[in-house]
Amino acid sequence: MNKIVGKEYFSQNVVKLEVEAPLIARSRKAGHFVIVKVGPKGERIPLTIASSNIEKGTITLVIQNVGKSSKKICDLEVGDYVTDLVGPLGKATHIENFGTVVCAAGGVGIAPMLPIIEAMKKAGNKVVSVLAARTKDLVILEEQVAEYSDEVIVMTDDGSYGYKGLVTNGIEMVINREKVDMCVTIGPAIMMKFVSLLTKKYNVPTISSLNTIMVDGTGMCGACRVTVGGKTKFVCVDGPEFDAHEVDFDEMLMRLKAYN
Amino acid sequence: MTQLEYIKEKRGEAWRDELRKSMKAKERSDIQRVHMPELDPEVRSRSLKDEVNTGLSVENAMTEAKRCLDCANPTCVSGCPVEINIPGFIKNIERGEFLEAAKTLKETSALPAVCGRVCPQEKQCEAKCIYIQKMGKEAVAIGYLERFAADYERNCGQISIPEIKKRNGIKIATVGSGPAGLSFAGDMIKRGYDVTVFEALHEIGGVLKYGIPEFRLPNEIVDVEIDSLSKMGVKFEKNCIVGKTISYEELQSEGFKGIFVASGAGLPNFMNIPGENLINVMSANEFLTRVNLMDASSEDSDTPVKMGKKVAVIGGGNTAMDAVRTARRLGADRAMIIYRRSEEEMPARLEEVKHAKEEGVEFLTLHNPLLYEGDEQGRVQKMLLQRMELGEPDASGRRKPVPVEGATEWIDVDQVIVSVGVSPNPLIPSSFKGLDVTKWGTVVINQDTMQTDLPDVYAGGDIVRGGATVILAMGDGRKAAAAMAEKLFNK
Repeated sequence: MNKIVGKEYFSQNVVKLEVEAPLIARSRKAGHFVIVKVGPKGERIPLTIASSNIEKGTITLVIQNVGKSSKKICDLEVGDYVTDLVGPLGKATHIENFGTVVCAAGGVGIAPMLPIIEAMKKAGNKVVSVLAARTKDLVILEEQVAEYSDEVIVMTDDGSYGYKGLVTNGIEMVINREKVDMCVTIGPAIMMKFVSLLTKKYNVPTISSLNTIMVDGTGMCGACRVTVGGKTKFVCVDGPEFDAHEVDFDEMLMRLKAYN
Repeated sequence: MTQLEYIKEKRGEAWRDELRKSMKAKERSDIQRVHMPELDPEVRSRSLKDEVNTGLSVENAMTEAKRCLDCANPTCVSGCPVEINIPGFIKNIERGEFLEAAKTLKETSALPAVCGRVCPQEKQCEAKCIYIQKMGKEAVAIGYLERFAADYERNCGQISIPEIKKRNGIKIATVGSGPAGLSFAGDMIKRGYDVTVFEALHEIGGVLKYGIPEFRLPNEIVDVEIDSLSKMGVKFEKNCIVGKTISYEELQSEGFKGIFVASGAGLPNFMNIPGENLINVMSANEFLTRVNLMDASSEDSDTPVKMGKKVAVIGGGNTAMDAVRTARRLGADRAMIIYRRSEEEMPARLEEVKHAKEEGVEFLTLHNPLLYEGDEQGRVQKMLLQRMELGEPDASGRRKPVPVEGATEWIDVDQVIVSVGVSPNPLIPSSFKGLDVTKWGTVVINQDTMQTDLPDVYAGGDIVRGGATVILAMGDGRKAAAAMAEKLFNK
């Protein structure tokens, strides 16, 4: 089980893997994630499912090489096996017809945003996708995003592609010109924090998909806990998506450094 | 025939009569209870993987077995949740038939090497031994002897596979591979059913693997017992979460006629006090999972773990003892138990408390944390403790701990492990439509049959009880198997 059947490089450090997992492909919904472990002494790490193909029985994962475990996964080739793969985990994204939805994603956060964009569009929303990356090469999946978006706004830190600026500049541009009913954001914690601060200012309801440290991913340890609305929540079972305006991002940013 | 009738019938065999007559009861009862040899505390408190108890020698086991009076009415059996034929296996040890003893254990227990190590015998079988009940003497060391027989069988490589009834082709699913699920699976496969065990983690065994440490229960021993179940025909599906990967309805449509839910109580409780989300404050489940399941303290493991120098473990149960002794072994200079009641009320096994003390663990009983403070990076640095005293008995009959006004103190810590109980994981109740649960999240069952309000779903272990013991979970599995088999048979 869990054989790699497809591999593609988005950039030097961002890899797309298509993995056999028929049961997960069948039951997963937008917003779900899996836990992946490579090798007998490997670590369990969470990865959001970017897409699935029920007929082929596969799921697609997009991984950025940022450390030992993600490198192990990025190094897998077609024909290799993922030692352990479990899911789908977490709660699925709450999808309904909100009206106009801004989907704001940063870096590899674009991959897990893709199924949400698709589902939001299919639910009848007007979808404006704001994709942000440091530089042109790191803007991934633009074509697939465009397929389900009414408009795509690309932001790069260095202005090498699209508009120069941060994801928040792109969101503000949309808010200033039309009524936004919902914002969904996925990306680095610091980015989601600033998106949340911005949308709070404009009273735009905002959902963020949190990426905390996890071990089991099934609710049995609490490594992933965050404070939401003053209460402790486990991201793996209560989330990963929460009302961004209720999330204590400073605490989350602090906890992400536990093993640095 | 009930188990007790069976046990009495076995007692009537000729060799048992002869053995009983070979020694006077007085001589038997004059023998002193055997002591379990153990590693020196100085040595073992530095070794994560060496088992503390080293096991009885053949000679010691045979002598201890002589103490058992082979009572006509063996009350010890009623103290065992899976009703092991206790005098039957002990008399086999006395006559030197150790493999026979192991076989006898396996008639009712899927995990004898485990139970011999982790059961709180002083509250179960041994508490009902005639030596304690009537003679004011130390009980027969039933747990040690159980362990001896199971270890003997494993070490000599002649592991017997229990007899299996003719396969009936009826598919049965077990949700969770902890003690309840394994015990159920063992009993159902023996009855001829086609059993599949679904496990969410990447290892089989539940708390036996991720929770209980190597120095108390080596994983290798758990694996041998799981391997026996495999050889009997039990199928194991790892990395599969019933309710997520595969739904209840899908199990039904794949032809599973009965489902036993034994998903445990894995959700750790926190105290919700200030500073509890600081770095290096964690649940005992997280700490133990990192160390036991992920082997985080080994160099070749990719999983990291904090190895604190001043470690406080909050709680007084077996999990707290496991966590504090693990922290000590990972190099803690100060490893402290913080418990709000007195030592008398501690739910941990007596032996674990004794071992922890020998290994240098400090016990701050009648203390309760109020808050934690961290450094500028958010790492826990100190804790404020409230001194407690025991007040009036509460509803549970235990004296209630109440704060001593003004008696607080700061203690430096760099790691805090919270072990104040667990709750059932809400995943199963939320994915089995119509399943009745209590306000604590435990699944409601018929006490006699372990059946839930869904006719094909039975449940047992911690998902029904909240955090309890290995052997109670195994007893539930056994009971559920008997009831489910009877229902399917009568259909």
